[in-house]
Amino acid sequence: MSARERIAGNVANYVDERTGAAAWMKKNLQKVFPDHWSFMLGEIALYSFVILLLSGTFLTFWFDPSMREVVYEGSYEPLKGLEMSAAYASALDISFEVRGGLLMRQIHHWSALIFMAAIVVHLLRVFFTGAFRKPREFNWIIGVGLLTLGIVEGFLGYSLPDDLLSGTGIRIAEAILQAIPLVGSYLSYFLFGGVFPGVTFIPRIYTLHILIIPGIFLALITVHLMLVWYQKHTQYPGPGRTEKNVVGYPLMPVYMAKAGGFFFIVFGVTAFLGAVASINPIWLYGPYTPGQISAGSQPDWYMGWLDGLVRMAPPIEPVIFGYTLSLNILIPGLIIPGILFTGMALYPFIEQWITGDKREHHLLDRPRNAPNRTALGAMALTFMLIALINGGNDLIATNFDLSINQIMWFSRIGIIVLPPIAFIVTKRLCLSLQRADRELVLHGRETGRLVMMPSGEFVEVHEPISPEKAWLLTQHEQNAPLQLEEKDARGVRRPGLLKSKLRKRFAIAHAEQVAKPTVEDLKEIEHH
Amino acid sequence: MRSLSRYRRHRAVAPLLLIFALLGIGTTFQVAGAATTSPMTAEERTAAIEEGKEIFLRGCSSCHGLNAEGGAIAPSLIGVGAASVDFQVATGRMPMADMSQQAMRKTPIYNDEEVAALAAYVASLAPGPEIPSEEMLNYERDGEIAEGGELFRTNCAMCHNFAGQGGALTQGKYAPSVMGVKPVHIYEAMITGPQSMPVFSDKTLTPKEKLSIIKWIKAAEKEPQLGGVALGRVGPVTEGLLVWTLGLGLLIGIAVWLAAKAK
Repeated sequence: MSARERIAGNVANYVDERTGAAAWMKKNLQKVFPDHWSFMLGEIALYSFVILLLSGTFLTFWFDPSMREVVYEGSYEPLKGLEMSAAYASALDISFEVRGGLLMRQIHHWSALIFMAAIVVHLLRVFFTGAFRKPREFNWIIGVGLLTLGIVEGFLGYSLPDDLLSGTGIRIAEAILQAIPLVGSYLSYFLFGGVFPGVTFIPRIYTLHILIIPGIFLALITVHLMLVWYQKHTQYPGPGRTEKNVVGYPLMPVYMAKAGGFFFIVFGVTAFLGAVASINPIWLYGPYTPGQISAGSQPDWYMGWLDGLVRMAPPIEPVIFGYTLSLNILIPGLIIPGILFTGMALYPFIEQWITGDKREHHLLDRPRNAPNRTALGAMALTFMLIALINGGNDLIATNFDLSINQIMWFSRIGIIVLPPIAFIVTKRLCLSLQRADRELVLHGRETGRLVMMPSGEFVEVHEPISPEKAWLLTQHEQNAPLQLEEKDARGVRRPGLLKSKLRKRFAIAHAEQVAKPTVEDLKEIEHH
Repeated sequence: MRSLSRYRRHRAVAPLLLIFALLGIGTTFQVAGAATTSPMTAEERTAAIEEGKEIFLRGCSSCHGLNAEGGAIAPSLIGVGAASVDFQVATGRMPMADMSQQAMRKTPIYNDEEVAALAAYVASLAPGPEIPSEEMLNYERDGEIAEGGELFRTNCAMCHNFAGQGGALTQGKYAPSVMGVKPVHIYEAMITGPQSMPVFSDKTLTPKEKLSIIKWIKAAEKEPQLGGVALGRVGPVTEGLLVWTLGLGLLIGIAVWLAAKAK
């Protein structure tokens, strides 16, 4: 034993005797995680969050969240001498006077965009592979909560500099708030401390943005990760992988190195974007004045779908008992997002209700083997994508020489017609892929080699696939739809018949599959 | 004098005299030439109007009518003034290439002289806004950049975007980018209100304020790409596009690569 090893051993022993950490560490550092690129999407979000904390802390050193009127005397000539809020002036100072300030601002903002994008792709991975199934329903709900919180946090963040674009965004948020029947105007007064824009809003959202919401974030992320730790990570199906084991590499040293390295890669890509590409050039927008507005005022992408929905809403504003009801804002701004996010949060329970499956699942589904769920996801994505595209309708109109009205009508009709079409097409695609899998197992791989038989017939040579592949293609369960008796054992009709009927229909639709090849099928083929 | 006359038969006299004579002729032409750019004489104006009318009959009358009285598809030009003609024709908007939603900026078909003639002809039909002179357009001297920015954001940005990059209007119409437009044409656009644009009279925006706006636009053209590639200066849409393509593309690509290496 070398001297260095002895010293290290002594230090470790000293700590262990006082904390008893060794046993815990040994157990947990050897924890095994499965390996797949799609399991790193959530990591991108996590690392972006760390980058956001670091760069955000830097920005707080100089940002002054105050609506005090100041005269700009900084080095950006086109704004010199203008009256503006201290918030905007200090954001300009971060950009132009603070060393490395602009880079940090841009890293912070790019990181926020990457954070949200990574959350979305992570969510899609979890959804399409069925990773939200029991016992992970709570973690799914926490994830939906993090997504929602991210949207709010991002919006508050780019609202802080008090430039023309951010002020426009706050104005729209105020409009959505005011559209709430009965309490809308009170809520607005409450939040803005009086009439828009007032002087209290920016300081208030600053506290929310840098303290409250990051705190909630930290707590939720911790629970999110602890649940992953405790429930163990899901894995893709494959030979040797069961519902009872996890096949992969230990945390130490493989994932420590990998995850640590990946953190720096994420930081690198974010810093690269921050260094080469301008984001939120607040000095071009100018200070916010309620009387000004710019063409092409858009929110950041994660709010773009919301803007798109508002942009396509028909102008319905009925007056009821002398009060205007702004349905044109209320429906796209609150009701539809509410339905979407509630539905998303409850989806694990909805699927459970449809399938009646109360078992735990640690093996992931291949999306094609859950056609109904995959189709549902494609349908939701189509809806969101059309809304998002309509959010940029003015830029699409000018760049592709189209009429903004045509795009609006395309979106209005498309958002109703296209999602169901996406559902049907995706479901058919999944079933076709299942059929292709079945063919592959039964008849093997097409080699592309043509053989001419003595009779003159041409035959393509098929090669049998490997047992591992065959296992992968046939390992999934194919459950029959949930059987619901209309009458119980005593011949009494179950209550809530309509609900049961609906459940039955959903169950049948959900269980629609192309039968996977059985051993008998294979034997019969081999017989020929 | 006597001493000078002594050299009158010197051999350098002839070349020297030639040089003086040439200089004299040159100067005379210079002065005479300069005189032609000063305000037109009545005769010259008449000639220009005649020429302009001819161009008008050839190139414009099929839509705007033989007497510029307008028609089913084009407005009357009586009273629109020289400034309107200069803006529409010198920026290539008129004559239109086709009957699309609105006339777009393109390489002008007529040269400066022809534009001036056309302007003179249309101005002769009825009084209207005139082409601002060089002296009126000294925006570097008379404009104020920060004020121009505020005025631009208050009056122009709602259609032309915060950085003057243009934006969409209804039914396929659009507010064009104001980048790379000659100051005189910006000024003319403000006083004549071409196509969907409103007129900004001298009561709405004083001439000095107009010059401030021009000064700000010219500064925006030269604005360096602070913070990296400007991404078109159209707001968050291109930023979102970049993050989903390059940003997330790179990161997922690397994730796939990392997972593949582990095998």
